[in-house]
Amino acid sequence: MSAAEPLLRVEDLHVEFPTEDGVVHAVDGVSYEVDRGRTLGIVGESGSGKTVSSLTTLGLTRTQGARVSGRIVFEGKDLVALSEGELRAIRGNDIAMIFQDPLSSLHPFFKVGTQLIEAVRVHQDVSKQAARARAVELLGLVGIPDPGKRVDAYPHEFSGGMRQRAMIAMALANEPKLLIADEPTTALDVTVQAQILQLLQRLQGELGMAIVIITHDLGVVAQTADDIAVMYAGRIVERASTKRLFAGPEHPYTWGLLKSIPSLTGTRKEQLVPISGSPPSLINRPPGCHFHPRCPYSQPEHARIDPRLEPVTDDPSHRVACLLETSLRRRLWAELSDGNTPEQARASVGLPAPQEPVASAADAPGEMPEVGL
Amino acid sequence: MSAEQVLTRASGESLVEVRDLVKHFPITRGVLFQRKVGAVQAVDGVSFDVKRGETLGIVGETGCGKSTTARLLTRLLEPTSGEVRFDGQEITKLKGARLKAVRREVQMIFQDPYSSLNPRKTVGATIAQPLVIHGLADGKGERKRAVQELMEMVGLNPEHYNRYPHEFSGGQRQRIGVARAVALKPKLLIADEPVSALDVSIQAQVLNLLLDMQRQLGLTLIFIAHDLSVVRHMCDRVAVMYLGRVVELGPGEALYGFPRHPYTGALLSAVPVADPELRTDERNLLSGDVPSPANPPKACRFHTRCPKAQERCSIEDPVLEDKGTGTEAACHFPLEREELAQIGVRSAR
Repeated sequence: MSAAEPLLRVEDLHVEFPTEDGVVHAVDGVSYEVDRGRTLGIVGESGSGKTVSSLTTLGLTRTQGARVSGRIVFEGKDLVALSEGELRAIRGNDIAMIFQDPLSSLHPFFKVGTQLIEAVRVHQDVSKQAARARAVELLGLVGIPDPGKRVDAYPHEFSGGMRQRAMIAMALANEPKLLIADEPTTALDVTVQAQILQLLQRLQGELGMAIVIITHDLGVVAQTADDIAVMYAGRIVERASTKRLFAGPEHPYTWGLLKSIPSLTGTRKEQLVPISGSPPSLINRPPGCHFHPRCPYSQPEHARIDPRLEPVTDDPSHRVACLLETSLRRRLWAELSDGNTPEQARASVGLPAPQEPVASAADAPGEMPEVGL
Repeated sequence: MSAEQVLTRASGESLVEVRDLVKHFPITRGVLFQRKVGAVQAVDGVSFDVKRGETLGIVGETGCGKSTTARLLTRLLEPTSGEVRFDGQEITKLKGARLKAVRREVQMIFQDPYSSLNPRKTVGATIAQPLVIHGLADGKGERKRAVQELMEMVGLNPEHYNRYPHEFSGGQRQRIGVARAVALKPKLLIADEPVSALDVSIQAQVLNLLLDMQRQLGLTLIFIAHDLSVVRHMCDRVAVMYLGRVVELGPGEALYGFPRHPYTGALLSAVPVADPELRTDERNLLSGDVPSPANPPKACRFHTRCPKAQERCSIEDPVLEDKGTGTEAACHFPLEREELAQIGVRSAR
C-alpha cells in the first residue's frame, strides 16, 4: 500500500432498498476519501443518505436487504466484497461507530462494564480481569469520574452525556483506526455537546485515528472537521476543505443551508433566507439536478441534465455538482454574502427566474405555495 | 367585564406578569398509601414580565424548567404557588367560563409536529377545533372559509383541507400547528421548541412564518428553545433558566454581548459557531452534567459547576438584580468584561 493511499476510500457507492412503494435510492454514487488522523464532516438533512452511507461502510445495511454496489476500500480491502465473518473482524476493531442516541445503543440489561468487557474480548484474547482493567481505563480516558466504581453501573444510572462517553469508550476499546460518529451530540445539551466534541478531538490527537462525523449542524463541522462533504438526496453535491467551504461555498444548496441558520455573532436583524419546499422523496427523485425544484437559480435545462461532482476550475480539491457556470456562481454568492435575497442576486447577475414554481418538492402533497418569506 | 375595565387593562405595559412561580412535582413511594418522599423542583421561584408585542425568549438546558413554565402559563399545569397575571387578571385560580376566556387569548405551539396533531382528524378539522370549542364561525360554510383563510395565511394550500397529517412533511405540519394556534387571534402565543424537530432548511421557513404572524396579528410571543442562535434571532428579551430558576434576564443585545452570569457565558461559549475562522480550542467548558432537580444544590444552584464559585455561593442564595450592563443576573460574582474573551465568548456587537 502506497503512502498516498487514504485510510478509507469510498468509490461510486450505491445503496438501494427495494420496498413496496418502489426502490429507495438512499445513496446514489457517493465517493470520498478519509486520510489517517483527519476528520471528514458529512453534512445533510434527514433523508440525504448520510447515515446509510456510513452504515454500509460497516456492512450494517446488509441485513435490511439493501442492494449495494461500488467499492469501500479500507486499508486496501474492499469491504463490500468481504464476507460477514471477515467484516466482523474489522467492525468494532479497526472501524468503530458511535450513534446518535446513547440510551438505545447501550443494552439496558447489562452493566456498562460488562458491555465494555465484551467489546474488548470479542477482538482481543485477554482474560476477564485484564479486560475489566481495560474497561476501567477506557472509562477514565473518556472522562467518567470514579471509573473503578462506575464500571459496575447500569446504563440508566448514567446521564445522557455520560452514556455518550461510555459509547465512545466502547468504540475506542480496540483503538480503531477509523471512528464513525453519527450525530454524536444531537441528543445532548450544548454544554455537554461541547464537552463531547472536545473529548473526540483530544482522543483523535492521542490515538491518531481518522473520524467521519455525520451531522446536520454546520456549527459542529465548522468546529471539528478538516474536510466537509455536503449531501443532498443521496449524493454529495459539494466537497471541500472546511475553510474553503465556509469562505467560498459553490453549491446553491450549501448557500441555502448557510443562509438559513441564524448567527450568534452577526447582526440580529439579518433576514433568514430559507430553502423553499422540502427534500425530495428518494423513491421518486426529480429529474436532472435533484435540487432544481428548490433551487432559486435553476434554468430549464437543469431539469434534464444531471450534474456530476466536478472540480472547481481554480481548486481541484474543491468539487461541486452544479450546472451553473463558476463565474456566475461566484457573483451570486458575492451578492448573497452582501445580504441580498436570492431574487435580488438573480436579478443583478441577469439570470432569468426559474420557469416552474420553485418549491414543488416531489413528495410534498401538492405544491407548497410561495409564502411571504 | 365592563368596557372601562377592558380599557384599563389594555393600557398596562405588561401583558404577562409572573411572580414567584413554583411548581414541584411530588415523588411518592408506596402503592396504596402514597407517601411523599421528595419533590422535583421543576420551577422554583420564577418571576418575569412580558411586554405587549414583544418576544421573550426562554433558554436553558434539559430539565431547567422552561417547558414547565410554559405549561403553567397556559394552565395546562397547576402551579404549587405563585402568581400569573395575564392582561391584569390573576389566572392561577380561574375556573370554568373565565378560564376558558383566558385560554382563548393564550395559545401554544408544540415541539413535535408528529405527535401534536391527531392522526385521525383531517387538517381542516384540526384547525377548526378551536373555533368549534369557542363557538366561533358558526355554520359549516363559514367555518370552512375561516379555516381555508388560515391555511392560506400560514402558507398551506387551502385545497388540502381534507387531508390527514401523515400526508404532510414536518415543516408543513408545524404550519398546521401555527394555523391552529392563531385561529382564535390570541394575544399571547407560546412556542415551545417549535423548530427543534425540523431540518435546518425547514427551520428558517417556520421561524419566518412566526415573525410574519407576529407582525400581522400583533402577537406577544414567548419563544422557548435550547438553541441560542435561534433565540437571539427571534427575541427582544431573553431569560436564561437553570434548574428551575431564572439566572439572567435582559434584552438580547446586552445578554449576548456582555453576559454577566457565568452560566450564560458558558452556554454562549459552548455553541458551535458555523465559522471555522472562529474555531476556539481553548474554551471554558463546564464540567459534569446538570444536577438533578429533585435534589438541587443549596444556595446558588449553579455553584457546583461554576468556575467562579466561592464559599459565599454555597451559603447565600443570589437574587436576580440589575448588574448595570443592561441585564439582571442572579450572581454574587458576575463576569467582568475582560473575562469574556478568556472563557471563549465571541461577543456579538
